Amino acid sequence: MKVSYQWLKEYLDLDVEPRDLAEKIARTSVDINDVYSLSDGLKKLVVGEVVAMEDHPNSDHLHICQVNIGEDDPIQVVCGAPNVQVGKKVITALNGARIADNVKIKRGKIRGVESNGMLCALQEIGFSDKIAPKDYDEGLYFLPDDAKPGDSVFSYLGMDDTIIDTDVTPNRGDMLSIYGNVNDIAAFYDLKPHFKEVAVEENDDQATSDLVSVDIDDSKATPTYKLRVIKGVKVADSPLWLQIRLWNSGIRPINNVVDVTNYVLLKYGQPLYSYDYDALPGHDFGVRHAKEGEKFTTLDGDEQTLKANDLVVTVNDQPVCLAGTMGGEGTAVSDSTTTVALEAAIFDPVMVRKQARRLDLHSESSMRFERGINPATVETALNEAAEMIKELAGGTVTKGIVTGSEKPAQSKQIVLSLAKINDVLGTSLSLAEVEDIFRRLQFGCETDGADQLTITVPARRWDIFVAADLYEEIARIYGYDNLPATLPVMTRDHGGLTERQRFIRASRHDMEGMGLDQALSYSLTTVELAKQFQIDPVAKPMKLDFPMSSDHVATRMSIISGLLLDIAYNVAHGVDNVALYEEGRVFLPKGGERPEEQEHLAGAITGQLLTNDWHHDDRPVDFYQLKGIVERYLHNLGLAGKLTYVADQSRSEMHPGRTANIMLDDQLIGFIGQVHPAVAKSFKIPATYVFELNLESLMAAPKVANVYHPISKYPSITRDIALLVDQDVTNEMVTAIINKRGGAFLKQVHLFDVYSGLHLPKGKKSLAYTLTYQDDHDTLTEDQVNTAFTKVTKALEDQLSAEIR
Amino acid sequence: MDLKEKLADLRQQGLEDIENSQDLKRINEIRVKMLGKKGNLTGVLRGMRDISAEERPKVGQFANKVRDELTAAIEERHAALEQAALNEKLKAETIDVTLPGSPVAQGQPHVIQQIIDQVVDLFVSMGYEVAVGDEVEQEVYNFEKLNLPKDHPARDMQDTFYVTPSVLMRTQTSPMQARMLEKHDFAKGPLKMISPGKVYRRDTDDATHSHQFNQIEGMVVGKHITMADLKGTLKVVARSLFGDKLDVRLRPSYFPFTEPSVEADITCFNCMGKGCAICKHTGWIEVLGAGMVHPNVLKMSGVDPEEYGGFAFGLGPDRFAMLKYGVDDIRNFYQNDVRFLNQFDEKG
Repeated sequence: MKVSYQWLKEYLDLDVEPRDLAEKIARTSVDINDVYSLSDGLKKLVVGEVVAMEDHPNSDHLHICQVNIGEDDPIQVVCGAPNVQVGKKVITALNGARIADNVKIKRGKIRGVESNGMLCALQEIGFSDKIAPKDYDEGLYFLPDDAKPGDSVFSYLGMDDTIIDTDVTPNRGDMLSIYGNVNDIAAFYDLKPHFKEVAVEENDDQATSDLVSVDIDDSKATPTYKLRVIKGVKVADSPLWLQIRLWNSGIRPINNVVDVTNYVLLKYGQPLYSYDYDALPGHDFGVRHAKEGEKFTTLDGDEQTLKANDLVVTVNDQPVCLAGTMGGEGTAVSDSTTTVALEAAIFDPVMVRKQARRLDLHSESSMRFERGINPATVETALNEAAEMIKELAGGTVTKGIVTGSEKPAQSKQIVLSLAKINDVLGTSLSLAEVEDIFRRLQFGCETDGADQLTITVPARRWDIFVAADLYEEIARIYGYDNLPATLPVMTRDHGGLTERQRFIRASRHDMEGMGLDQALSYSLTTVELAKQFQIDPVAKPMKLDFPMSSDHVATRMSIISGLLLDIAYNVAHGVDNVALYEEGRVFLPKGGERPEEQEHLAGAITGQLLTNDWHHDDRPVDFYQLKGIVERYLHNLGLAGKLTYVADQSRSEMHPGRTANIMLDDQLIGFIGQVHPAVAKSFKIPATYVFELNLESLMAAPKVANVYHPISKYPSITRDIALLVDQDVTNEMVTAIINKRGGAFLKQVHLFDVYSGLHLPKGKKSLAYTLTYQDDHDTLTEDQVNTAFTKVTKALEDQLSAEIR
Repeated sequence: MDLKEKLADLRQQGLEDIENSQDLKRINEIRVKMLGKKGNLTGVLRGMRDISAEERPKVGQFANKVRDELTAAIEERHAALEQAALNEKLKAETIDVTLPGSPVAQGQPHVIQQIIDQVVDLFVSMGYEVAVGDEVEQEVYNFEKLNLPKDHPARDMQDTFYVTPSVLMRTQTSPMQARMLEKHDFAKGPLKMISPGKVYRRDTDDATHSHQFNQIEGMVVGKHITMADLKGTLKVVARSLFGDKLDVRLRPSYFPFTEPSVEADITCFNCMGKGCAICKHTGWIEVLGAGMVHPNVLKMSGVDPEEYGGFAFGLGPDRFAMLKYGVDDIRNFYQNDVRFLNQFDEKG
């Protein structure tokens, strides 16, 4: 709410600068968006009186004006405004003035005629169209006739007031009024507010009930509904003081009736609505739910299609107003209105909120209905508005209020314990200190003199229900800055990461240690991307009911597709070497209410893992480099089961000749390989290698314990073997035979060369291994090794038709 | 020439040859020529048998002296030449030490992960447990059990991605408050937990909004847990993450699941409270929301609010990272441009 500092000062003897007040409000009550004056950034804007005017000889619309600015001689100003008139007092920007948007006004010639300033419209000195009165849309603003030429315009227009723009949390609806602000500020500065209510004088003999009736069926939807009628009004502009109050509060002055309703809304937080009595379809008011599909034209001219849970004010069953939201076309107060029906009500907050939200008709009124209305001031506000309309627009106020429903203004009693207060806040307040806080808040407070306080909360604080709400009142008035800062007294038990959390963290560290940067991608993606690259495919991803963007409609079922989007972003921005991993959730619908959330680990590399360097040859990433990373990672896990890499042609997103399923014993735990070139093309990325692992399986899998193995003191003996085999013989087939036939002393089999090409027969390849033999308990002899090695070579020859080279 | 003269000549000649030798090959030749089995010295000594028994010891003694002298000279020269040769070799091996070193593969943790890990480690060191929840949550835990009944206006504050009327992408990590309260055995002491994770809001992505971001929820519930404890705890967080001279202030705020509710500001780490563009000239930066757990939340999770109470807070690692490093567009965190990711080398 835009709170006027000068308005507050009407009711409070404030002795603080506006900025200090704002800071205090922020620390004690509600947040502050901004503190400003309409005059900020403006200068040298004075009252000028147009004393003479002639047409500009070189223009069909410019005028040459002589303007009295309170000095001996008038200044000459060329002005293009259509409404410039001799005798009017206007906003005059002098030579050197600053107007809106930091524009500087300088003396100069306009079409050959000297001009020493500028005559300004409100918009030209920073008023937005939302607050500038409509009357002056076409040109200059006319200051009051008694304005003194040469005076700064700021005080005439209220622009020297400071506005404290508060950001009111949903619970503090009471702070959406001057009344609420005054009470709260009075509490924190310990001031006595002298808030003025204006009583109504009913100066018409006719009873209001002769003119209108109200029938409210549903007092839940409309807890309070009241009407007054003012006859014989003359609709005109409001006095300037009232207009200033409104535009400083961000509301555009319209006319003396509507302005009064808005003024009272600001003062009490009570929205009011004024109807043109004679334009109504009858005189019997009611409030009902709309009919599904019912049409209603709001006063902005838009035809709304209503829904069954919308709430409308009706007259003779015809809708005349969207309750709490916006009035209807044709029944609002206009220049020709003479009799006003004035409505003050409380509507159900949820209904108003839903209606305003659905129709996108948020207003000062709907905002207040949504956050609640003080039942104690409904009638006060209605009376004050009626009186003000009578005073400002003439007319007579008829006798009595017609009431359709009325929510009693009840205060609440809450019992507090001093010990508990101190226990919750960590303070050591005395009973007297707490009593004093409630005195300042103007809450009733009775004590038993020991520990118990009975607090009576007035109706104006409808946000307070339970003791905890009062702890907050105590804490904020006592001052959060005065609270001590301690740490909880902790006993015994220890915290720490769980095994699962440590596993995930170690996985991340492994990936980083091997050169992959951690990525965080979006979990929400397209249906198509969500389905790609699944380890163990599920048919359909979980979809959002009402997505915001077509890029984010379903939850991912693999991490790889997100990483490929990341790679595409990098490649598109000229980064060719990208090595990323991501650890996070995938969401697999498996028939339950919610999908199964699995932790996965995935990696993707394109270009080179290590950047180009003067010292080494380029080494574009390939299957084996990424496999080395995965192997090392899996090795670090100490899995008890047997890991195998099984060639796989079934994954449509993957290169059929360069993809392997990763198996832990018989369980599929992930896959690795090259992204299918066609898929890579669709992502607009070059050759990319990826892997994805299901960490749930890996976390659950049995692990081997770390056990010390003594290092053999005896020397080892190695034998190299090179064999020529058919292309389709795999390393795994060869090593399986070597290991099977290697004998008790074979410690290690190391592949050191793979060759196929020019020097070999077609369809053949050469594999070369180093076999290491060692006896842990004795020195091996050459004969022992030769015997063992011969068995291996023979088995390879027999079983694989290998040619030993 | 008697034998002694021959020896003296041999010595003289030998020493000159040694002196003049320029490489290791030559010095080895000299060694063989002079001292070898068929060498000069042996040759001369063959004449010993021709001299008198009386002279023999003297000549022998002299011969030994010559041998020792030549041996020493050869060794010395050999060592000098060897040293020279080594120096030559080392000189030839000289490299440009200013050439860059070979790159090493080393990835970086994501900057947001770094913040999360720092916060988690801090709380773990204070005895908190880490509870990680589901990202697809039941509405009842995301809202109802947090004192946000249907039609609560605060639900408008956080637009939600619903999956079904009862299932949604969690909008906050706070559901873990309710889940942990339900699970915890208070007979075994207070509940102290921290819950990091991804959350989702129905927002359009721009520089300051992201439909996915991270939160860390913290909660302590036990007997005699006070708001002063909350303030002290937040001070520890602020100081460990942003610097040890910073102060914390609390301002009133509103969250349905805490009462009293506060926003916590820390001293602007950029200007140390003097006022600058980062803190919008207030000297303070809003970093998190917190409060005392609302009695309704405790009640709904089966915890007696008369006996137990505590505090909860929620902070945003994305916002922390933006503040700490001056990142001006939240989308940077999720585009994973490696030029961005690699700016945040983890220190210590």
